[in-house]
Amino acid sequence: MSVLVLVEPGDELSLQALGFARTLGDVRAVSVEGPYAPGAWAKTITAAAEGADAIVAAGSERGNEVLAHVAARLDQPFAANVTRIDGDVVTRVRWGGSLLEEARVHGSPLILSVAPHVHAAEPAGEPVETLVPDSSDESPRVVEHVAAATGGVSLAEAKVVVSGGRGVGSAEGFAIIEELAELLGGAVGCSRVVTSAGWRPHTNQVGQTGTKVSPDLYVACGISGATQHIAGCKGAKKILAINADPEAPILASADYAVIGDLHEIVPAISAELRKARGA
Amino acid sequence: MKVLTCVKRVPITGGKIVLTDDETAIRTLHLGFTISPHEECGVEEAVRIVEQSGGESVVLTLGPAEAEEQLRECLAIGADRAIHLVTDGEEWDPQATAAAIVEVVRAEAEPFDLVVFGNESADAGGYQVGIRVAYALGLPVVTGLKGLTVADGRARCEQESAGGRDVYEVSLPAVVTVLEGLNLPRYPSVPAKLRAQRKPVASSTPARPEPRLEKLRLVVPPGQGKQAEILGNGPGAAPAVVAMMQQIGVA
Repeated sequence: MSVLVLVEPGDELSLQALGFARTLGDVRAVSVEGPYAPGAWAKTITAAAEGADAIVAAGSERGNEVLAHVAARLDQPFAANVTRIDGDVVTRVRWGGSLLEEARVHGSPLILSVAPHVHAAEPAGEPVETLVPDSSDESPRVVEHVAAATGGVSLAEAKVVVSGGRGVGSAEGFAIIEELAELLGGAVGCSRVVTSAGWRPHTNQVGQTGTKVSPDLYVACGISGATQHIAGCKGAKKILAINADPEAPILASADYAVIGDLHEIVPAISAELRKARGA
Repeated sequence: MKVLTCVKRVPITGGKIVLTDDETAIRTLHLGFTISPHEECGVEEAVRIVEQSGGESVVLTLGPAEAEEQLRECLAIGADRAIHLVTDGEEWDPQATAAAIVEVVRAEAEPFDLVVFGNESADAGGYQVGIRVAYALGLPVVTGLKGLTVADGRARCEQESAGGRDVYEVSLPAVVTVLEGLNLPRYPSVPAKLRAQRKPVASSTPARPEPRLEKLRLVVPPGQGKQAEILGNGPGAAPAVVAMMQQIGVA
């Protein structure tokens, strides 16, 4: 099988997609020159993929977007976030990873993105071929980049995330969450309920529709553990749940748990940390 | 401005997903339903645009008869009318869904200036219906918006990217797909909910084409159902917690 793979230089997920694609057949790795322009990129890739049996990219925002453009252009099916292929049957991620789907693809070429972390990243090896998009293409492209105000530890990259849910009770209740996060040099997270209630900004939200985190330790305080939340924190090496309900679903995803009132437990942990450090 | 927002009825899955016996759907007997979170922000944004600049906000869904409940929720947020493409409950694949939406858009006497989708549905996560609709209609499309400003026949679209935001500018009409966090959707008031009951919902029953991405079976991935180690009860557990933190090297 001949496979065309979109590789974005320096992008870990596209090197994973490349590794996955090599298990399918003969790979031709390409990147596209110039500023990001999904429509123009897709046009170039579609032309380059003439005769290929499969077109593959990373299951990233960009990879999924470019392939959706390619598929729309060719009027062929597109399977996003695939974990496995068996003939014309793909296994793909649903519900942010809480569920998998087996689906038959009726079309050619096979157009699919590779779900993150199903295959190890592989070095590109031979030089990646650079495609040059049609300069007269007028489809939307990035015209400006606005830098974000920096400050604090980034949620996506934090080594520790201390997260609060409905059980925290109020915006003010997050003071103890912030205190523990600061002591651990970590970031504050929250569940969707908290964002919807306006207690914390959406930038703090961990979950399927928020930020996906992968810290060494994720502390879930007063979070019941809806699948939508777990989809955002299951990348953590260890999860500690602090919850009043010993039957809360979060315990089925946690490595450690403390049962009781987080308003007492969280400050006690902060105090114990200070004590351990001799402060 | 005439704005169309497309939404999808999905179950509120709660803590654990249980499948039907034939493994083709989620068992929803005891579950509530909602629309995908990204779409909720889409509906809110469309309503704000129309509140600000006048016009009409329309919501559309393709789904079972019960999905009228979700359309009424969108009407309570402030949409003016709804279009319901009624299915027998069987899921439609992305290409079929896009084709059905395109037909509706083409049938409108006065064209839409903006067609809004969620970036991806909460359940199927196909990342493509909005883009397919844009291609079929020959409209520009920008996805994953966290910021949208519409003025003078143009849309300024902001997308989060490494270290900040990427900005796109397109002329209308256009298709956009949005992400949760674009805005904070309002909670509809009781009078708004009552008004929503009287707003028009036009329904029709399109025929479902053969799927080209054909769902065969769903699988709950392994790894759910860990047994957490209980470090203790109440504040007395703090020393055990700190010991664990030291052991894994974060304290």
